[in-house]
Amino acid sequence: MTGSRGLRSWLTTTDHKRIGLLYFYTAFAFFLVGGLEALLIRAQLAQPNGHVVSAETYNQLFTMHGTTMIFLALMPLSAAFFNYIVPLQIGARDVAFPRLNAFSYWVFLFGGLLLNASWFAGPLFHAGRLNVAPDAGWFGYANLTERQYSPGPNVDFWLLGLQILGVSSLAAGFNFIVTILNLRAPGMKMMRLPPFTWMTLVTQFLVITAFPVITVALVFLMFDRFFGAHFYLPQAGATPLLWQHLFWLFGHPEVYILILPAMGIVSEVLPTFSRKPLFGYTVVVYSGVLIGFMGWGVWSHHMFSVGLGPIADSVFSATTMLIAVPTGVKIFNWIATLWGGTIRGTTALHFAVGFIAMFIIGGLSGVTHASPPADLQQTDTYYVVAHIHYVLFGGTIFGLFAGMYYWWPKMTGRLLSEALGKVHFWLTFIGMNLAFFPMHLIGLLGMPRRIYTYAPDLGVSSLNLVSTIGAFLIGVATLVFVVNLWRTRSRGAPAPNDPWGGATLEWAIPSPPPVYNFSVIPTVSSRLPRWKTEHHDPMPDPPAAPPAPVHVPGGSWWPPAAALGLPVLALAPLTHHVWLAFLGVAITIYGIYRWAFEPLEA
Amino acid sequence: MGGSSFDAVPRFRLWLSPLPLVALAAVACGGPFPQSTLHPRSDFAGAIDHLFTSIFWWAVLVFVLVEGLLCYAVIRYRHREGRPVPKPVHGHTALEIAWTLAPAVILVFIAVPTMRTVFATAGDAPATALKIEVIGHQWWWEYKYPDLGIVTANEMHLPVGKPVQVSITSADVIHSFWVPRLGGKRDANPGQANRIAFRADSVGQYSGQCAEFCGASHANMRLRVLVDSDSAFQAWVRRQRAAQPPPPRGSVEARGRDVFARSACIGCHTIDGVAKGIIGPNLSHVGGRATIAAGLFPNDSLHLARWIANAPSLKPGTLMMQMPVAGADLAAMIAYLQSLK
Amino acid sequence: MVTSMGLDSRKMAFWAFIGSECLLFGSLISTYLIYKGKSVVGPYPHDILNIPFTSVSTFDLLMSSLMMVLALAAVQRGDLKWAKIWLFATACLGILFLGGQVYEFSSFVREGLTLQTNLFGCTFYVLTGTHGAHVTVGVLWLLTLWVRALQGKLGPAQALTVEISGLYWHFVDVVWIVIFTLVYLIQ
Repeated sequence: MTGSRGLRSWLTTTDHKRIGLLYFYTAFAFFLVGGLEALLIRAQLAQPNGHVVSAETYNQLFTMHGTTMIFLALMPLSAAFFNYIVPLQIGARDVAFPRLNAFSYWVFLFGGLLLNASWFAGPLFHAGRLNVAPDAGWFGYANLTERQYSPGPNVDFWLLGLQILGVSSLAAGFNFIVTILNLRAPGMKMMRLPPFTWMTLVTQFLVITAFPVITVALVFLMFDRFFGAHFYLPQAGATPLLWQHLFWLFGHPEVYILILPAMGIVSEVLPTFSRKPLFGYTVVVYSGVLIGFMGWGVWSHHMFSVGLGPIADSVFSATTMLIAVPTGVKIFNWIATLWGGTIRGTTALHFAVGFIAMFIIGGLSGVTHASPPADLQQTDTYYVVAHIHYVLFGGTIFGLFAGMYYWWPKMTGRLLSEALGKVHFWLTFIGMNLAFFPMHLIGLLGMPRRIYTYAPDLGVSSLNLVSTIGAFLIGVATLVFVVNLWRTRSRGAPAPNDPWGGATLEWAIPSPPPVYNFSVIPTVSSRLPRWKTEHHDPMPDPPAAPPAPVHVPGGSWWPPAAALGLPVLALAPLTHHVWLAFLGVAITIYGIYRWAFEPLEA
Repeated sequence: MGGSSFDAVPRFRLWLSPLPLVALAAVACGGPFPQSTLHPRSDFAGAIDHLFTSIFWWAVLVFVLVEGLLCYAVIRYRHREGRPVPKPVHGHTALEIAWTLAPAVILVFIAVPTMRTVFATAGDAPATALKIEVIGHQWWWEYKYPDLGIVTANEMHLPVGKPVQVSITSADVIHSFWVPRLGGKRDANPGQANRIAFRADSVGQYSGQCAEFCGASHANMRLRVLVDSDSAFQAWVRRQRAAQPPPPRGSVEARGRDVFARSACIGCHTIDGVAKGIIGPNLSHVGGRATIAAGLFPNDSLHLARWIANAPSLKPGTLMMQMPVAGADLAAMIAYLQSLK
Repeated sequence: MVTSMGLDSRKMAFWAFIGSECLLFGSLISTYLIYKGKSVVGPYPHDILNIPFTSVSTFDLLMSSLMMVLALAAVQRGDLKWAKIWLFATACLGILFLGGQVYEFSSFVREGLTLQTNLFGCTFYVLTGTHGAHVTVGVLWLLTLWVRALQGKLGPAQALTVEISGLYWHFVDVVWIVIFTLVYLIQ
């Protein structure tokens, strides 16, 4: 890409495109880590009474698999696209707060590193083992997470790492809300926004409202573990259920945070490759907004076995079933987009169609979960693990891959190999269904989740073996993708501005875009500016060079510097050295001061 | 323009899709499946299974319809050379209304039986029901029959065809009591009591296990429910309530009792008349159980010996320490424990 | 800079932040209310809370909001002298509030209420402590602005940053009103 080179330019970058690429590579690396954790889990479960890993390590593996995939892979991969693509789609030169954007990335990186350092930190804590990774599950129920029942540093790494990651997400949330609302090109009315940008906006509102709740839950846990508070201790009159309520009040909006961006990507890819506008754009947008709101009213459907009582169970059952309606509506609108189109089967399209196919299954198993009595046989078993992976792998990850194949040429100036892409898709599709479909039955046959081994007489041994084979097939498929990325980064066919015939603004500029994005900020007069429609001809692309030099802000050291204070602060409770807390706060405050008073031209 | 057109090769792959279902069906037709939710043996489990079956078939209907439409669309409308740019259709209000209402109507057909079942299964058993208290511990199950004065562990006996009221709590972290053939799971929350009521309808043995992650040996916190005929149940009650006669003087069992009484076992376990420990399972009638260590191992000399000698190696994190009892002492103690029927 | 909604981006970001903070304090306050009356041992609120003292503290914070309004008005009209005075006054009242909190907390500790004592202790201290931390950040922010004013660098062109700090300060004040009402007045 144009612009300065070298490590320093990457460390100090405030350019949304570079930050998007940083998010992509970092998140993809964590995705591979989470995938490796999954393969170890599946290797252990391939047979009953497996001996691949110990019980302690297994409990750390499933905890870190969930935590890594959700917070370090799926959310940041979505963020890679928020960063790179949203400013382009709205006709802006960058996000509203470029340095805050960089800060979000560095905090994410540091948080992810802190969390994963626990795999090797055992000796520092005299644990008698190498790995002291979090081991109480990705939703860490109290009171198992109290010091009494989890004495080691494992849960401490978890609660500190997640709080750091929360700061990253919140900062990005504020940034993107303002960017989308305030930095749109002239004529880019809200109802002309590309659907991906709309879903990003809804997602960011969910982030800034849901993350404070989990922050409070984690702060309470931190105070219980470090300062002797009693927020979750039954002996003091408290209830561990408080954790569950707070967690799921965050947790349910979180799953919409995970799925809406991928739904946005599907809503971009299908029209482009059907050569037809998105069917029911208004409905698709409003259903996304509605899902955002309704997602706040369903949280206790994660708690049907807790014993909340029939009235509470019924209310949450009803709200959960209701939310299936706007979700289903999107699926129908997507099918209607394809219907009557002329569909080009690019890899991006394969993943987008695959998303719909897999999400239907995940959504239907979700409807079965919405019925509390049925759910009492499904929750906490492999049935819900199947549901999770159909919606998050078949849903979010398929959507993200669609986005990668769609936008990679724009981001790097190279086309990915379509041949390898098809191989990647089919291996992933087959692997995914082999891995996760049997889990529905495994759960219904009585295998709970989060168990490091299972009895041979349960009758789920061969199903587990099939599932393991599927998981390894996914691993192979992912390697194919990595090969594709690697080979095309230097040898891939150069990408034109618009390899696909897209309708939205990002296709109007070079691949990759110049540092200022648009030589002239376009004026937009429709939802599909680059297509010829019944109402207008295609908008002319901006000229190759700007009429006058465009000022581009330089980089800054202060975002990464301020970000560094956070893991230093987190080390204080981990190591019981209070001075680290002061140092961490001092670094962050100093970084913020220098950032605030940095001259605008750098 | 980039991207290849949707060629004929993928079409056959679509026919692959029923294969997982066929494979699963083949597997499902095997084995006894002791923890299967699909083979209910109580009114509670039966009500759930009935409800799930109806929801399942609605789901299959929707699946076939929607996936079918999707597959049709991507095949029928593939790009072929010479196809013109399609007519830009932006939406269709009647269609939007239709496919908003249709799922909503289907959901009503799911919601009504759901709510009925929620309330039908949430009620308490009649006052004459057998009451059992379940207390979850890391990583074993304690059972108390308050009206019968029985305290036991891990293996629960119930009379067939009679209503049972189970109240569930925990002594430490959150567990979940789950015997799939007899009903849905209910969490064991410390400081609270949850209640489930059901009536087992067939004699038999039913497996279950803890269904809420509760620490290192969550996977090893298993349980059995033995549904007995009325006479068998009464016989079991009598045995549980009967005071154990002391073993004959000089017998190996007597020696075993002495070994037990002077070892650290008494700090954790209760054996009526011998020891009053409350940290571990009540062993007063342990000889009558089919399994030990919360359903992990058969209750035989070999496994008892291994368990007593080194429980932590068999059940990670267990509070039971390695017991320095060996040789003839260990054999005697095992004989004693096995005599406690 | 021209913006799509006509609102300065920094102000918009700040309102989004305030929305987020509502959820933060909302969760803390809800927890306090859920655990109200559930402490197994004392001291209990009626044993310990000193309403007259805290009323003065509350009044102090309310007055500081008034000072803040006056400070913003001074900056907007380019009155550097009064800007300095009102900013410093706001910060001082903030520091006085914090001093009052320190005094209050230490007297509670002497009377036997610590973070570890009971549910009232942990919910009270974490809630009011989080609020106090927010006041502290606000005080630092105000003092920074005051120093800028001393340097002569706080004119009408910088009024927006003062307005945003005022938004923050008023928000923190409103949160205190809610806490004072729910924790102290309604027992």
